[in-house]
Amino acid sequence: MADPITPEALFRRRREFLQNAGLLAATAVVTGGSLYAASGGGARRRAETFAGPAPQAPMPTGPDGEQLTSLRDVTSYNNFYEFGLEKEDPAALASRLTLRPWTLSVEGEVNEPRTFNIDALTKAFPLEDRVYRFRCVEAWSMVIPWQGIALRALLDAVKPTSRAKYVVFESVVRPEELPGQKAQLLPWPYVEGLRLDEAMNDLTLLATGLYGKPLEAQNGAPVRLVVPWKYGFKSAKSLVRIRLVEEQPATTWNVVAPTEYGFFANVNPSVDHPRWSQATERRIGEAGRRPTLPFNGYGDQVASLYRGVDLTRFF
Amino acid sequence: MPGLVLGAASAWLTWVLLALGGHLGADPVDTLIDRFGKSTLWLLVATMACTPLQQWLGWTWPARVRRALGLLTFAGATLHIGTYALVDQQLDLGVLLDDVTKRPFITWGFFAFVLIVPLALTSTNGWVKRLGYRVWKRLHRLVYVVVALGVLHFLLRVKKDVTEPLLFGAVFAALLLARVVWALRGD
Repeated sequence: MADPITPEALFRRRREFLQNAGLLAATAVVTGGSLYAASGGGARRRAETFAGPAPQAPMPTGPDGEQLTSLRDVTSYNNFYEFGLEKEDPAALASRLTLRPWTLSVEGEVNEPRTFNIDALTKAFPLEDRVYRFRCVEAWSMVIPWQGIALRALLDAVKPTSRAKYVVFESVVRPEELPGQKAQLLPWPYVEGLRLDEAMNDLTLLATGLYGKPLEAQNGAPVRLVVPWKYGFKSAKSLVRIRLVEEQPATTWNVVAPTEYGFFANVNPSVDHPRWSQATERRIGEAGRRPTLPFNGYGDQVASLYRGVDLTRFF
Repeated sequence: MPGLVLGAASAWLTWVLLALGGHLGADPVDTLIDRFGKSTLWLLVATMACTPLQQWLGWTWPARVRRALGLLTFAGATLHIGTYALVDQQLDLGVLLDDVTKRPFITWGFFAFVLIVPLALTSTNGWVKRLGYRVWKRLHRLVYVVVALGVLHFLLRVKKDVTEPLLFGAVFAALLLARVVWALRGD
């Protein structure tokens, strides 16, 4: 059960499907190759199953394929401390967050700073479907079909200056709507950051929907970051500001507990969290555990970003 | 007494059935471990409350249910550690050894469990006689160590909010203080 998911599967709309089918099938064959040989399984062109409307329930993705996590689990089991500490809090309190009007500003070391009305954002850039593994630092994981725009497209549009080295993501601050902010559970706003080259990677997504529907508040509506090769806390939710900066930013969990949560936070089975092993994970909806993959299985696309970096030190 | 056992057992059984039926949230194994653990702490609070209740309020019934509560505490701890070791880690001895030796919260929790085993085994009247009451009582003072380790285990486990473990700690401290004050008054 090594790596049946097509790691960088870009599940585009039906009209784009034909032109992409070859690429997708090739990706599937390449990544599933070793498994295919080992298992002697059948054809693994699961990408095709996502060319149609998004499914509502978990569906098989192939003989040995990883299943999508059910919409119910994806929308009811969330870490989003703005709403509270419990996994059930975000779904229970989601309706308190006002989602419109909403703007996302992109500023800092850019030549053309812009502020996007959220509904204009998804029209200004091509919307893409992507199925990604999502690995929480707490050692559970999901498989989620996202819709969104490539972060790179947005960053290209604002033209980063030569001084831009890092990208900072800031979540919304509304203590009157978000009980976890009123209770000061963390320093607010929730801040995350990426190196510019990480932000520009093809995998990095600004998600606005999942399962073919607009994001719900508990999942980070109306727009959130998704960085599939990093632990989930890097994928900041309900973004209001993206800032390009020169220096590595102070990020929330790294500030709160630097020995437990690194700035890079790449999924890495060989670097344990101080309080638990990261070698395996509980896939939500499955019994037992499965091995955690280096870079969450996306090493082919991102390992080169960290050439020469000691990932044990820079965890 | 049978009511206590029946109550605890049916709560635990209900959780297991809910988990099997998919009604215990998205991560039922984690939820089960968590609930078994917390119910163990509650039972430990109840067990430790028996003596002060008897001393301060003169009630006699707490003394009669104390043994049952202690054994239920042991049962809860067994379910807690059993779900972790058998269901979650699938008895992978390498992983379990790693967890016990490298992760303080598991180390302390494991010691708490190890210490509670002899207390459960020597809970019968036969063992009180065999050891003699004084020795038996001294042995069972180990429960204070179990309490400290249990709270420490919980405290080191939580990610951010330490309110709940500290509340348990405060309740246990109050129950210990009640004993100390009673002893100082001179019975």
